[in-house]
Amino acid sequence: MSDTTSGPVLAADGRPLKASLNRALRRQKLRALMLIAPLLIFILVSFVMPIADMLFRSVENQIVSETLPRTATLLPDWNGEGAPDDIVFEALARDLAVAVEAKAHTRLGSRLNYEQTGISSLFRKTGRGVDEIGETPQDVLEDTNDIWKERDTFGRLIGTSDWVDAINAWDAEDARSRGAAPEFDANPNFAEQFPGTTSLYASYVLQSVSEEDNPLGEKPWPILFHVLAQELPSATPPSDVPQELALALGEAAGALAGVTLDDPKAMFLDIDDDWGDTDVWTTIQTYAPAYTNGYFLNSIDMQKGLDGPEWRPENEQIYIVLFIRTMIMSLSIMGMCVLLGYPIAWLLANLPDRKANMLMILVLLPFWTSLLVRTSAWKVLLQQQGVINDVLVWIGIVADDGRLQLINNQTGTIIAMTHILLPFMILPLYSVMKTIPPSYLRAAKSLGATNWTAFWRVYFPQSVPGIGAGCILVFILSIGYYITPELVGGTKGVFISNRIAYHISSSLNWGLAAALGTILLAVVMGLYWMYDKIVGIDNVKLGG
Amino acid sequence: MSSLPPYATTGQRIWHYSFRIICGLIFFFLIAPIVVIIPLSFNAQDFFTFTPEMLALDPEGYSTKHYEDFFTNSDWQLALKNSLKIAPVATILSVSLGTLAAIGLSQSHVPFRRAIMAILISPMIVPLIISATGMYFFYSNPYIPTPFGKIELPFTLTGTYWGVVLAHAALGIPFVIITVTATLVGFDQSLTRAAANMGANPVTTFFKVQMPLILPGVVSGGLFAFITSFDEVVVVLFVGSAGQKTLPWQMFTGLREQISPTILAVATILIAVSVLLLFTLEVLRRRSERLRGMSPR
Repeated sequence: MSDTTSGPVLAADGRPLKASLNRALRRQKLRALMLIAPLLIFILVSFVMPIADMLFRSVENQIVSETLPRTATLLPDWNGEGAPDDIVFEALARDLAVAVEAKAHTRLGSRLNYEQTGISSLFRKTGRGVDEIGETPQDVLEDTNDIWKERDTFGRLIGTSDWVDAINAWDAEDARSRGAAPEFDANPNFAEQFPGTTSLYASYVLQSVSEEDNPLGEKPWPILFHVLAQELPSATPPSDVPQELALALGEAAGALAGVTLDDPKAMFLDIDDDWGDTDVWTTIQTYAPAYTNGYFLNSIDMQKGLDGPEWRPENEQIYIVLFIRTMIMSLSIMGMCVLLGYPIAWLLANLPDRKANMLMILVLLPFWTSLLVRTSAWKVLLQQQGVINDVLVWIGIVADDGRLQLINNQTGTIIAMTHILLPFMILPLYSVMKTIPPSYLRAAKSLGATNWTAFWRVYFPQSVPGIGAGCILVFILSIGYYITPELVGGTKGVFISNRIAYHISSSLNWGLAAALGTILLAVVMGLYWMYDKIVGIDNVKLGG
Repeated sequence: MSSLPPYATTGQRIWHYSFRIICGLIFFFLIAPIVVIIPLSFNAQDFFTFTPEMLALDPEGYSTKHYEDFFTNSDWQLALKNSLKIAPVATILSVSLGTLAAIGLSQSHVPFRRAIMAILISPMIVPLIISATGMYFFYSNPYIPTPFGKIELPFTLTGTYWGVVLAHAALGIPFVIITVTATLVGFDQSLTRAAANMGANPVTTFFKVQMPLILPGVVSGGLFAFITSFDEVVVVLFVGSAGQKTLPWQMFTGLREQISPTILAVATILIAVSVLLLFTLEVLRRRSERLRGMSPR
């Protein structure tokens, strides 16, 4: 007897019961997860990742460091007063030469234009003049030796002979079926002596290859001559370059000895005085790091100044006003919904089931009707020549020439959105009121309470959870509304979401749109969390 | 509330009737804008208000020309066709994945249940404009993030049919999850055990025992998903291109630019669709309650 009770309890197959149960539980959990997994992956890819991508874009700012890499590394040393040193302009000239070929300078210009107006045109204008830099040494060199007129000279000078062969072989293949171009491989001895020329030529190769061209068959950029001429006096030409090129390099040093090279700083200032402007350079310097809080500052009407964040000029402050307006209008819509929804929910909860079901249809029909249908209905009704104004004129409340302006302003948005969101208030209120026993009210009255006291002290406190649920739901929905404000709100009755849409489709300032969206998302998520605490996500009900 | 006791005072009588009047006015506010659209869509003129002929009930004042325009205009027809091509596929996607997951979620031991539920419901909570923004960015250049950097995928979804379908399926999923899990709460798990006991494998059990019982929930979830996609305009505006112009999109541009009375005709047709939908859902709800009432508890 004692033997059977002392050992672990065994299952039918001889294993300990505890282990057996654990195993069954694990298998059950695994099966449940397997069933959920496909949907979870689907939602992660099609929904969560896009949202994460948007969050990332609100701080991402790689365009400056990608388009102007050489300038971006030098700028932190700039003292912030007047135009930077020649060396920065030198770097800028090289970066812009590359950017102009890739047509990336206009994109950078419009990006920086969000921060300071005028930069876009500055970059455009400069882009047209930047290819003149280097023409002086180019002419001198081409006069000295015809080899500088050959298109492959730079490639043979800087690249290894293996790379030259590889790129020529790649070029000979059919462009439609060939693979990626061989990676540029510079002669290490040359790169050591001529780092600037090598780095610029590497950019040149990348650009040619991206256009599916052979870098050895394209005309080299004038600025390559400029950089070469600069580095030549202080460099000792390496011994392992092809002989005729080594010779040419030697001659070039002599020929260039008395030549004054182009001065990029002077040329840039000549193209546009703005290059001497501290503000332009401050903007470039501020936005050179790969990540920025600039979009967020911008979306709360601030900007990056010399000494940290500062407020934007009064006349450029729009977003805080817009956020506050969105909040106030959402709150008024919410208030209207409580005001209109409470009596209806009360009526539905206290009528006999048959009648309540009939009246419920009147709530559910708008709920199920297309949003666009309801919005177009309001657009038609609220017009100055619309039905509501016609009726008011007919009754005689307003004069024919004094028709009310009900649309394209905040009134229009509030009326239409109250109508659209009212069912979302009534349904949760109704489901809470349905659970309040009517006998409580009768008990209160039989104890001597007046109608008002009975309602206010007994019934109302019990319906508060319903009001809370409905309010949060309506508020969450209204704060992110786009379609209805866009159609009936005019300019004064729009929400923050309309501004987001504007930045995506019209001004193309995606970073700002993402930052505004992130702030909105944070607010909604906070409310969602509250809703989950109060009501529970599992208790969300649809359509009664 | 339902009726006035005979001993009610005059004040109570006044309150009783004025409360009814207030409620009547609110119901009027709810339903009138939708009802008014219907006669206006038969306007013989290109006006958005009742013409004197219409008020006089003169047959001359009414016509079906806006409906004819809807059925002959190629823009509207293309939009209708696109809507009918996108919504069903998105619905099938969200219903099949959603039902499977809902069954998984309603098992008794699911790790991280709350977190998973929160993620799956999130497309309903996140404002559409934010979903649209994110999808617009991500779908134009989809990638897989890895610890070593992102792997860019060699295709783009923005402006394609599948991009819109994918986005709409994601938006419809919360509705399927909510309705199907709600149905499964009332599902008697011992039925599947009984089926297994009699030798049915899990697949047979699912199709022969579980599916017929939760079908009303699945269908109403599907209807929700369908109407979500069919009504959706923000995401399709951003993710789609002119080739995916849907009915709501066409209505949206119509309302924003040149408002034409054809919109009212379309609206009336859509109202008819939603009445039909409401009716179907009500039938399903009753059926579901009956089925659940039959199952032993």
